[in-house]
Order: sequence, then structure tokens, then C-alpha cells
Amino acid sequence: MRNLNFGYGISRPRVINLDNNDLRKSNAIIAEMPELQACIGCGSCTASCTAGNLTDFNFRRLHTAVRRGEYQGAYEEINKCMLCGKCRLVCPRGINTRELIMLIKRKLGDF
Amino acid sequence: MAKRVVIVGGGAAGMQTALELKSRGIEPIIIERDMDLGGKVRDWHKLFPSFTPASDVLQPIIDKVRSSRIRCLLGQEVKTFAEDGVILRSEEHVPADAVVIATGFSLFDAHRKQEYGYGLYHNVITSVDLERMMNNGRVMLADGTEPRRIAILHCVGSRDEKVCQKHCSKVCCITGVKQAIELKQMFPTADVFNFYMDIRMFGPGYEELYREAQQRYNIHFVRGRISEAAQTINDRIQIKAEDTLTGRPLRMSVDMLVLLVGMSANRDNEALAAASNLSLAPNGYFQTKDSFLGAVQSERPGIFYAGAATAPKSLADTLAEASMTASAVERYLRDKYNNR
Ligand code: SF4
Ligand code: SF4
Ligand code: SF4
Repeated sequence: MRNLNFGYGISRPRVINLDNNDLRKSNAIIAEMPELQACIGCGSCTASCTAGNLTDFNFRRLHTAVRRGEYQGAYEEINKCMLCGKCRLVCPRGINTRELIMLIKRKLGDF
Repeated sequence: MAKRVVIVGGGAAGMQTALELKSRGIEPIIIERDMDLGGKVRDWHKLFPSFTPASDVLQPIIDKVRSSRIRCLLGQEVKTFAEDGVILRSEEHVPADAVVIATGFSLFDAHRKQEYGYGLYHNVITSVDLERMMNNGRVMLADGTEPRRIAILHCVGSRDEKVCQKHCSKVCCITGVKQAIELKQMFPTADVFNFYMDIRMFGPGYEELYREAQQRYNIHFVRGRISEAAQTINDRIQIKAEDTLTGRPLRMSVDMLVLLVGMSANRDNEALAAASNLSLAPNGYFQTKDSFLGAVQSERPGIFYAGAATAPKSLADTLAEASMTASAVERYLRDKYNNR
């Protein structure tokens, strides 16, 4: 029964809707770390990421989505990070990415 | 005999070239279609990247043209080129030893990108409209209220084969950064989003200003081109794009949409090129003799270019090019008359 396949399913909307997203946490993250807005999406953090080379963890995409108020699954995802800090060494905008991971964890995990 | 040079166009390029020629002892005559000197910069409020009032740059140039008694034929257009000068639409023959084409560009007409609703929806404006609003002292929505959320769209009428504008207009990225900051200064609690395909910060201080816009002014930069805009039932504008850095479609409504309109080749280039037997580049701008050593020369001896007649240029580029043009003209006249 559980494995019955009707050949169709229900897709969740993939659209980022900035009218409905609750941007309060995202705004709080940016307020604490304004330099995050200076990200130019170069992907150096993802390219150098220890976790990203072993799993599908993509740090650039994750923090971009968080800035847009897309928090679902982000906390669980970010736990893949091993806090090695390599991303911070390469960011051309000098963003303290390791600190950013802690900040996102704090804001999204509410601890 | 004092050498005479006809300059077609009385904007920044034409005026500055005239002043440079005058200081070299050559007599310039400016032919300007409008009834005033100044060209497109007249509509501008402040200049990137320093926020210098445009009039602080333009007015001294205009004043100097007037005080140096440079002859200006206003409200006149060149009809055709003769061996020894130009012939105006009024059939007047203006003799000259050389000609400088400083006819600049045309603004891309935002109506042509119908999907953005310019001229259809309230509060869809162009970057030029925004400068005019700032010049008039107040930026507001059609109903007189303040915008709380603003989107700025890059590359409108540039890098777009759909409207036959394949080139990059060069100055609109930095203009978008400048205007985003100005909007944030006017409306500190508003959210400003710049939608871009690439960010091109080619000049000194530009990248630094971009970073300031991001970090200090909290302006949101979204890499993705708005595909369409629609008016909502409460008179806002709904926009759709892809947030390409997350790989997901993005939707939001804003109070104001600013279209960074590009610099198109001057609409009259074709007629002028035909009349002067000059050729145009594929993007419709005048073709220079060479990209490196002949950047202000045309393919015809005695006809020169200055400013945005040959490519999109910033005001700083244009003013710098004016002296290049003037020295090229001076060199040409010296060779021509010494060889006689
Ligand atoms: S600190 Fe985390 S995100 Fe940064 S490189 Fe290491 S594992 Fe990747
Ligand atoms: S390395 Fe820095 S600038 Fe590049 S994507 Fe990562 S956070 Fe952004
Ligand atoms: S300068 Fe920027 S906005 Fe203007 S056409 Fe080029 S990429 Fe587009």
C-alpha cells in the first residue's frame, strides 16, 4: 500500500516568494553581519569546502537562500559543516564565513 | 589663416572638444540640434562615483564656451558633408578644414520592452526619469507616497538580441549602484533590490562603491534578469526572476521599478553616415579607424569623432577623449597645411 505508485505526485512550489517569506531572521543575520551582503556569489567558499567535496552541501547557495528568507532545512543542512574554516581563507570579500555559520546556526536553531 | 573646425553636437563631447581646439588656436564652430547646449547630461542630477552634481561639471563648460565666444549654431542640423565643410538643413554652407562628429547616443526607449510595463503601469520608471525626479527635488510614487520596496533592473535595452541591442552600455551598472544608494539615502527604511546579469564595475572607485552599496546600505543584489512585471490589484508591481544563485524562481511585489535604460546608437547615425560616407559598427555606432591608434579618427581624413558617437562612454571618458580628438585634429591640420 505504502509503495503504491500512481505515476504522479504533488510538487511543492519552488518559487521564492519575497512577499510571503518572513524576513525577520534574515534581516537579523544581516544586521549582525552586514558584510554578508557583500557576497558576490563567486563560489570560492563552496569550491574549497571540505564538507561540500564529500556531500551535496553548498555553502554559497545555503547562505544566499537564508538571506532570501528560505530557512526550511537550512539548519539541518548547515550541520554538515565541519567548521574547518577553509572557506574563510578564500572569500575574496573577506566575509568571516565560519562566524557566519555559527550565526546562522544561532538564529535558525534559536539557541 | 585661422583653421576652422565644425563640431557636430553641442553636448559634453562637442563643447569640450571646442574648448580644447580653441586653446590650440583653432577656431571651432558648434552645430547643435537643440536650442541649448549641454546634451544629455543636462537631465542628470548627480554623477557616479563621487555624487558630484552634474551641473557642477556641465555649467562651467557651458560658461567657458560662451565666454570664449565660440560660435554656436543652435537649432541647426547638418544635412550633408561637402568637400570643404558641411551643409545645414537650412542649406547654409559652413566651410571648415575638418569636422568632428560629437553626436552622442540615443536613450533606449523603455516602451520597447513591453514586458516591464513602462508607460502602462504606474511607478515603472527609467533611470533617466529618476534623475529628473531628483532634479525636481522629490522622488515619489504616482499617488504621492514614498516607496517602501524598490527594484532596479540592469541591462534594459542592452545585451539583448530581442531588441537588437547586443552591446553593453557600460555605464548603467554603476548608475544602478549610485541610484540604489541615493534611494536608500532618501528612504532609509525602504528595501532596494538590484536585479543584474553581470555587475560591471570598470572604473576607479566603482567596485568600492558597489561594495559600499552592499555592505553599508544593505542593498540586495540578485543575480537574475526580471522576466516580466505585472500590476497588482493594489497598484504595486509584481516581478518575476530567477534567483540564479539559489537556482530557484523568485517572485515579489515592489512599489517602484526602475529600469536602467541603455545607451543606443544615435537614431540619426544612419542618415549622417550616409551623408558623410562613413561606416557604422554592427551596433550602429560610428566605426573608428582603429581601436588603439585611431580611436578618434574616422576612415575619412579630416573627419574625427569625440564622445559617445563611437561607443557608450561615461562623462569622464568623454571629457578625456575630447583632448585626444583635439590633438588629432591639430596634427591633421598641421600636416595638411605644411605639405602645401
Ligand atoms: S567551515 Fe564549513 S562551510 Fe567552511 S569550508 Fe569548512 S566545512 Fe565548508
Ligand atoms: S567566497 Fe565569499 S564572496 Fe564568494 S560566494 Fe562565498 S561568501 Fe560569497
Ligand atoms: S553596464 Fe551593466 S547594466 Fe549596463 S549594459 Fe552593461 S552589464 Fe548591463
